[in-house]
Amino acid sequence: MNELLPRLPFADWIDTGVDWMVDVFGPLFDGISTGLEATVETFVDIMDFPPSILLAVIFALLAWWLSTKRIALFTLIGFLFIDYLGYWYPMLQMLALVLTSVAIAIIIGVPIGIWMSQQLMARRIITPILDLMQTMPAFVYLIPAIFFFNIGVVPGLVASIIFAMPPTIRLTMLGIEQVPKDLIEATEAFGSTTWQRLLKVQIPLAKPNIMAGVNQSIMLSLSMVVIASMVGAPGLGTKVYQAVTQLKTGVGVETGVAIVLVAIILDRITQHAGRSKQGGKES
Amino acid sequence: MEEAMLKKKIEVKNASKIFGKSSKRAAQLLKEGKTKKEILKETGATVGVNNVAFDVLDGEIFVIMGLSGSGKSTLVRLLNRLIDPTSGQILLDGEDIVKMNKEQLRNVRRKKIGMVFQNFALFPHRTILENTEYGLEIQGVAKDERNNQAIESLRLVGLAGYESQYPGQLSGGMQQRVGLARALANNPDILLMDEAFSALDPLIRKDMQDELLQLHEDMGKTIIFITHDLDEALRIGDRIALMKDGEIVQIGTPEEILMNPSNDYVERFVEDVDLSKVLTANHIMKHADTVQIDRGPRVALRLMESLRISSIYVVDKGGRLMGALTAQDAVAAAEKNLKIEDVLITDVITTTGESVLTDLFDIVSTATIPVAVVDEKNRLKGIIIRGAMIGALAGDNQFINENGEISDSDQVETEVTAHE
Repeated sequence: MNELLPRLPFADWIDTGVDWMVDVFGPLFDGISTGLEATVETFVDIMDFPPSILLAVIFALLAWWLSTKRIALFTLIGFLFIDYLGYWYPMLQMLALVLTSVAIAIIIGVPIGIWMSQQLMARRIITPILDLMQTMPAFVYLIPAIFFFNIGVVPGLVASIIFAMPPTIRLTMLGIEQVPKDLIEATEAFGSTTWQRLLKVQIPLAKPNIMAGVNQSIMLSLSMVVIASMVGAPGLGTKVYQAVTQLKTGVGVETGVAIVLVAIILDRITQHAGRSKQGGKES
Repeated sequence: MEEAMLKKKIEVKNASKIFGKSSKRAAQLLKEGKTKKEILKETGATVGVNNVAFDVLDGEIFVIMGLSGSGKSTLVRLLNRLIDPTSGQILLDGEDIVKMNKEQLRNVRRKKIGMVFQNFALFPHRTILENTEYGLEIQGVAKDERNNQAIESLRLVGLAGYESQYPGQLSGGMQQRVGLARALANNPDILLMDEAFSALDPLIRKDMQDELLQLHEDMGKTIIFITHDLDEALRIGDRIALMKDGEIVQIGTPEEILMNPSNDYVERFVEDVDLSKVLTANHIMKHADTVQIDRGPRVALRLMESLRISSIYVVDKGGRLMGALTAQDAVAAAEKNLKIEDVLITDVITTTGESVLTDLFDIVSTATIPVAVVDEKNRLKGIIIRGAMIGALAGDNQFINENGEISDSDQVETEVTAHE
């Protein structure tokens, strides 16, 4: 085979492309980088402002409001335990990274999901891109991210966004599509515009699905923190990474448990938020 | 019928709908007269509605009925273009909606046509009030005004007080009332009802039919009602279009469909109809031979003899029923020189022309003389004879009066007897 066909230099092309993009869009990437970094840092600063116990209580109250008393209690204990282990600040850094990446994933992902639900062509083009985003090893887009955004929190953040966004997009699309056909017909029969149909019927009814997508995005984003730490994103991931490189099992398990606790808390809260906001049904 | 009633509200002209990719070729084949099956085999396209033409008059209830797959649901969706016709014209008050742009179409849907769906299609995340005012909300009607209109609309369908509940909390019948209220809130001229009552259980269904008829009487909207249930069609339809394989097989009043099926299909369709619930006293009554009360028993007796009957109804000059006279009593009266009044049986059993046969079985079976059919002024319109009743139930047209009027042939016969 190798003799018959000349090997196409894909890798060279891509390198050239990346170099070209860095040259041309450098200032733009710098701007994005600064903005994202500032956002994450602001998050960290805000959360670090109150004493850790007070913040744990605030989170618990938030959990209570969004879900149940039990989850609120779990939230309080979980955060206090992390504080007790001494991982409070790295946890905040991780949380800031996760929340920022998920927020951006939602801001970009939900509209894309809506767009895909409305246009067959958009869906045909974007679906394979989503597959790519989810299956491509995360390390691979860390490399150009470093070129574009330098070492630090931003390339990790960007990698998290890319990895975490697909579920939000897919489930938004799915949720909108799953709105029963006769309801769509009803909106049409009364003379709704496309926007009225979307805003008054489809999106409200797709909410549980969209929330499930957000939940998945959070989980995926959390799973990226260790990888993100390899390009310099600070947080609990860094602690895990250090434990791995220094073969410290104890520290590795401690930090791992801390990440799991945060994951469980965020998962339960978002799951409930998705469910309880559905209509006002008693049944 | 009044002049206004005859105005055409909707005119459907040669409308066809073909589903599938090769719809153009299919349309060509359709023109060549191929059947639905042949076209499906050759092109893979499905003929939903095949060259259908009909008019719907202003203020009538027009029922489109057929079995599932007959294209009735597609046809009704052509009327508000939830489905675009492949060819043909659909005129609404003379305007072709097929030619309308999105904006115009939206306006027609907002103002002119309301729709009620088989499975209610209520928005589960909105309260009953929010559901009802949906049509007004998207038109940008101010909140107070649309609330008022929605509340009024809910009151009309008997759901006042349920405004803040959610659809999931209501029974099927109540949900469909909301569906109806939602359609009425816009105050459209035309109501499309797609199998609106098919998902309801029989008792509630009958209630809803009654209420729809009442609403129709009060509000005078043009209603296109889709159903697969012949009894329902006969019950509420002013006219019925029977569909099969995307074509209209017959259009007519319920009676025309029942009495003169245009082909075997219609005949088979209607043969299982419970005629006793459709036919009324008007359909089976015979001309009543009467004698005027001032004529005296001898005249009555002679009349009975010549007609070979054992009793006769007695009326006054205005044709109002006074009572019945048996031959025996007439003989007795003649012997004693009494008047008819003296021997008249006054507690005769009567019924009205609109009573359906199911309600008549009991009285007809126990009556000793033919049951009298009277109008609201107690004028004798005819009599019901058991033999004719059974004949009519057997579906024998000979015993059924078309349009509820005693046919001419009977009339001629009675005139002859009157001269004797």
